[in-house]
Amino acid sequence: MNWQRWIMVIPALVFFAIFAIIPMCVAVYYTGLNWDGLTPPTWAGLSNWVQVFQNGEAWQSTRLTIELMVLCWITQNPISLVLGVFMAGKQKHRAVFGVFYFIPLLFSAAAIGVTWSYILNPNFGLVDSLLTALGVKQPVNWLGSPHLALISVSLVIAWQFIPFNSLLYQGGAKQIPESIYEAAKIDGAGPFRTFFSITLPQLKYTIVTSSVLILTGTLTYFDLIYVLTSGGPGTSTQVLAMDMYKQAFMNNNIGMGSVMAIILAVFGLILSLLILKFTGFNNMESQKEGA
Amino acid sequence: MAAHTKIKSGKGYNVAFTTFGVIWLIVSFYPVLYILMSSLRTQDGFLSGGPTWLPTLHPTFSNYAAVFQSGFGHYFLNSLIVSVVSVVFIVLFSLLLAYVIVRTKNRAVKIIFNVFLVGLALPIQAAIIPVYILITKLGMYDTLGGIIFPSIAFGIPMTLLFLVNFVREIPNELYESMGLEGASDFQMLRHLVTPLTMPSIISIAIYQFILAWNNFLFPLVLTQSDSVKVMPLAVVQFQGDHTMNIPITMAAVTVSALPLLLAYIFGGRYIRRGMMAGFGK
Repeated sequence: MNWQRWIMVIPALVFFAIFAIIPMCVAVYYTGLNWDGLTPPTWAGLSNWVQVFQNGEAWQSTRLTIELMVLCWITQNPISLVLGVFMAGKQKHRAVFGVFYFIPLLFSAAAIGVTWSYILNPNFGLVDSLLTALGVKQPVNWLGSPHLALISVSLVIAWQFIPFNSLLYQGGAKQIPESIYEAAKIDGAGPFRTFFSITLPQLKYTIVTSSVLILTGTLTYFDLIYVLTSGGPGTSTQVLAMDMYKQAFMNNNIGMGSVMAIILAVFGLILSLLILKFTGFNNMESQKEGA
Repeated sequence: MAAHTKIKSGKGYNVAFTTFGVIWLIVSFYPVLYILMSSLRTQDGFLSGGPTWLPTLHPTFSNYAAVFQSGFGHYFLNSLIVSVVSVVFIVLFSLLLAYVIVRTKNRAVKIIFNVFLVGLALPIQAAIIPVYILITKLGMYDTLGGIIFPSIAFGIPMTLLFLVNFVREIPNELYESMGLEGASDFQMLRHLVTPLTMPSIISIAIYQFILAWNNFLFPLVLTQSDSVKVMPLAVVQFQGDHTMNIPITMAAVTVSALPLLLAYIFGGRYIRRGMMAGFGK
């Protein structure tokens, strides 16, 4: 390799090494420290690890993260699929719908968190006013109730990301050749049968792509949760990323925060390895010709 | 779904889908309208002016004036600097590396590419604690540069993967004919690769701009002063300062999304393509 090519490699490599790879490795070292970030650290060995696993915090945050993943998948995937198939149709109005669907994606998670904390407010929020107008008298404490908070968070996430996933499905559905539908029509298949026997199986790669993005995306939903619930009420929405932030930057416990960070990183790696192994995600490029 | 199982005609199928489409249009767009409608109310009007789900009869822009008076012009500029500088370097560095990855067949390059692919799977949050310590030690805590540097690093993997896919499609003959004329790697990159991949460069740049503009974690952890505050952080703190004053907070939310909203009105198709660009071709 000549010197010109090395010069081309260096900027990306240096930035990525200094601000991503090395920090990731240093985080492992930090898990062994008793440190508030200011005073000199002392070596704590494995005690941080023992502590978070013994008091159950690590399990709890991991469980909540998985729960949120499942909730996000259930709310986003079926609706996106139906919307995507709808948008793939030929009528002009469908394209116009797509233009409006997209707008929530332009807002930051912070802006969405601020907006939805008002919309979901049990005293004067928009949802509550609409429910009252419909005759529902009991105000629902969407974000303040431990049982509802995680579900509410997943619904707000769904509001922002269903449009994105439906665009993926729109792309997938457009690639299904018309001839298959015509053949099915000649064979006398009804619309229901057509949907489940043709559309759905033809979209299997899109379903994989969309699921992968939903699951990996859910791991990192931090900003929205920070703004909407800060992990509360209690610890009912304290997913791994939130737990990490709280430990490190609110309790000033670098060691404990790093333990959560490592669990998060390992979780991310396991997730991608599983995805690679079981779905052949790297074969995704075949989706065009496979149609 | 239940609706079109009953109606067995193609028309009924369409009616069911369209109904669903309309319902989602309302669910999706109405909250956005609500933000805009609320931002045009007065605080008194919001609390006592009848149903808040309808537009006000006496719209006012005073909330926007108040938002800009409280420093949003400055935060806007901060966001713009962070986003533009980050995106320029993310795209530049990724394009250089993408060229080498496509054109060089050796082990070192392959390993480097794999490192970036693994990096794709690692959440930013997992590195934020050491990044915070590092930025502090470098004396960059509470500066715009402190946000920009790690933003560049974490923007590279996705951009690289995307650009590699497109640089790969350039036929080898084009390189060879340029090589015969004695072109260097830099010349090939400048006169061959960049023009041919320009549409994908623009797409990924738009996508990265939206991410950078909306980034929350880096500014939250790496800055604290008003002078380096960026939009998403400003909106959240604004809400804290104006608790329960919904109209003025909604005006702040609108201002924070303004450049993306305006760009979407004028170039929606490109933005959508750009957003989709990050994922699959």
